[in-house]
Amino acid sequence: MDLSITVLVVDDFATMRRIVKNILRQLGFENIIEADDGTTALDALKKNKIDLIVSDWNMPKMTGLELLKTVRASDEYKDVPFLMVTAETQKQNVLDAVQAGVSNYVVKPFTAEQISDKLQKIYG
Amino acid sequence: MDVALINPFINATIKVLETMAQAEAEAGKPYLKKDNIAKGDVSGLIGITGETNGTISVTFDSGSILKIVSKMFGEEVTNLNSEVADAGGELTNMISGQARRNLEEEGKVFEAAIPSVVTGTNHQITHITEGPIIAIPFHTEGGSFTIEICLES
Ligand SMILES: [Mg+2]
Repeated sequence: MDLSITVLVVDDFATMRRIVKNILRQLGFENIIEADDGTTALDALKKNKIDLIVSDWNMPKMTGLELLKTVRASDEYKDVPFLMVTAETQKQNVLDAVQAGVSNYVVKPFTAEQISDKLQKIYG
Repeated sequence: MDVALINPFINATIKVLETMAQAEAEAGKPYLKKDNIAKGDVSGLIGITGETNGTISVTFDSGSILKIVSKMFGEEVTNLNSEVADAGGELTNMISGQARRNLEEEGKVFEAAIPSVVTGTNHQITHITEGPIIAIPFHTEGGSFTIEICLES
């Protein structure tokens, strides 16, 4: 895994961004950008070269699923790996995310090992 | 009110605190709550729909939420600021998600809205639906917190 990549962490709660960021830093990632919902995430994608998106599902204005669909439909970002971190794990939600092209899925509550495992799977 | 809904919430709460904060929580005896005054300083509130409709709230006293957030962040947090309040909302979101997962295994499917946060001593919790409010008190290292479940019967 290339630890010099730029990771975009998207969550409407500052607490969760901080926890995810802490975990990513522990894993050795240094370049981390934050956004608080799908629309600000798209702004961040326009302004920066993002290599990995780690996004919450449940957010106001634009959800993680809508963000994922927008990313996959774009020319510039369609291949960026997208890890969804969410409390929504009903079967239909999982199917919707897989169909929309999610790279992998972490269920809240999560441990640092689970995030690490999923990233290994994406990059492995 | 279906008492079978209580255990999934107790189990969810214990699991969320263990996973996110390495904190042990012990459930006390559930009771019917008669008023809408919160028993604490920070409440997360979330609406759920599906099998039946209603709201779930989790109210933390300052001691419990500060300790839990300190453990989540891996650093001592002593000030009840907006980030700590946010954490109360996110914990409520996770407890509701985990409980709904437990309930889905029993064939009861619920969906949840985005959580909101209310703070202040003796703040009010407005459950959307009319119906009995079941309260479950919990004790944890730094203090106590209470989960309230209010669902249409
Ligand atoms: Mg969220």
